Amino acid sequence: MLIRRAADLRYSDITPKSLYLNRRSFLTGLPAAFLAGKELLAPSARAQAAPAPIPNLVKKPNTTGEAISSQQDVTHYNNYYEFGTSKDEPAQLAQKLKTSPWTVSIEGEVEKPVKLSLDDIMKVAPIEERIYRHRCVEAWSIVVPWAGYSLSDLLKKVTPKPTAKYVAFQSLYDRSVMWGPSQAGIELPYVEGLRLDEAMHPLTFVSVGMYGETLPPQDGAPVRITIPWKYGFKSIKSIVKIKFVAKEPPTTWNITNSHEYGFYSNVNPKVDHPRWTQATERRLGEFRRRPTLMFNGYGDQVASLYNGMDLRKYY
Amino acid sequence: MWKSRWVKPVIWLVCLTPFVYISWLTWQGNLGPNPPERVEHFTGDWTLRLIVASLAITPLRRLLRQPNLIRFRRLIGLFAFFYACLHFLSYVVLDQFFDFHAMIADVLKRPYITVGFTGFVLLIPLAVTSTVGWIRRLGGKRWQALHRLIYVTAIAGVLHYYWLVKSDVRLPLLYAGLVALELGYRFFTGKLVRKAVAA
Repeated sequence: MLIRRAADLRYSDITPKSLYLNRRSFLTGLPAAFLAGKELLAPSARAQAAPAPIPNLVKKPNTTGEAISSQQDVTHYNNYYEFGTSKDEPAQLAQKLKTSPWTVSIEGEVEKPVKLSLDDIMKVAPIEERIYRHRCVEAWSIVVPWAGYSLSDLLKKVTPKPTAKYVAFQSLYDRSVMWGPSQAGIELPYVEGLRLDEAMHPLTFVSVGMYGETLPPQDGAPVRITIPWKYGFKSIKSIVKIKFVAKEPPTTWNITNSHEYGFYSNVNPKVDHPRWTQATERRLGEFRRRPTLMFNGYGDQVASLYNGMDLRKYY
Repeated sequence: MWKSRWVKPVIWLVCLTPFVYISWLTWQGNLGPNPPERVEHFTGDWTLRLIVASLAITPLRRLLRQPNLIRFRRLIGLFAFFYACLHFLSYVVLDQFFDFHAMIADVLKRPYITVGFTGFVLLIPLAVTSTVGWIRRLGGKRWQALHRLIYVTAIAGVLHYYWLVKSDVRLPLLYAGLVALELGYRFFTGKLVRKAVAA
């Protein structure tokens, strides 16, 4: 049996070069040691901010025509396999997620790759509220008031090259606080992807908050993608990288089981999961199942993206 | 110690505790964001646990030289059936709300439901014939042969669980391992082999 042990030393444990070079000054004077010491402390300064109200949030009407799900339910019934595979674990275990400082790198087939801090991300566009239906592949659903802006506002900043055809996303993978692949049963870091036109669609959303507050860790703090017409696992949490690519990128659940989870994963009541029906769903807070809507009810806006495609083949 | 007349009521109460607990949560409206799923998973878990426990009796009797353990096997088996009934009912009522069309489609089309349903149906004759009267009527040999259906149910139950899980299969594999040990013990101590040859 292979027993994996963490290395005794991490890169963060290694003495910074400046401190090493200045080791003599530690003896001769405190100032240098103080400066170097600050550097040593820096890695552990990563911390997590508790959900806080989002200022200047632009409220929008609820166009779903449906009741918003209870915040308690939405924040205590999560799929976030890096923090446990049962629904109630992420609300506990994800509290260890360190969300500050945070950097999102936008790179790949672009003219101007950038690294954005969370402050930068918050300033890309006015933060507005969007109330979306959210349908999990496991046949449960919720209605969530997200806070954020269209992903296209962010992607326009980097000027994609003509060779860019897809956008790949990557979640944070911090092994010091997260489960490993052998426990989660999926490869990590979590990766997702969209066709460029899907990514640029105005419904595709960068979420930085929910219920008027910044995101709680179990729902993908500090920044995630929300795609309301696709099964929930496409809406990748806690993103650190957005990469423009020429070819269809690998996606986590497709890697795990390509027979059951396709690249597109549009909500489709006519194409069942091999193991269960997708014709109906249970809305959290409701007793009876309700019929699932094509493209989760967003067909008017997104069906044209898939004209001429066999959605049975491209599930 | 197994001979004490207090042991059986204690085991009976232990087996009933999960039912009291889930009833209490239901009464308190404290089943979490997805109550039907919670009840389904809870009753399914306890069905499987008690099936594993009932299958452990025979190996434990011999390994621990405690033949009196047999006194508790019917009790545990019947409780397994009790939780299986609750599990089935929670599917019919809470999950599907008597949508027979959807349920028939499920049983025919979804392997995990097909095997789960099969395992449940096979438990019914075992529960019915669990009395002393039925043992007498069938005769020991035939009764024993009939009750070997529990092996099929145990395997079906594990498969049912394994096929339901999305990616973290550690718990289903644990149950698979336990059932494999229990059936393997019977096989290698020759009980199954001898019967197979005789039949």
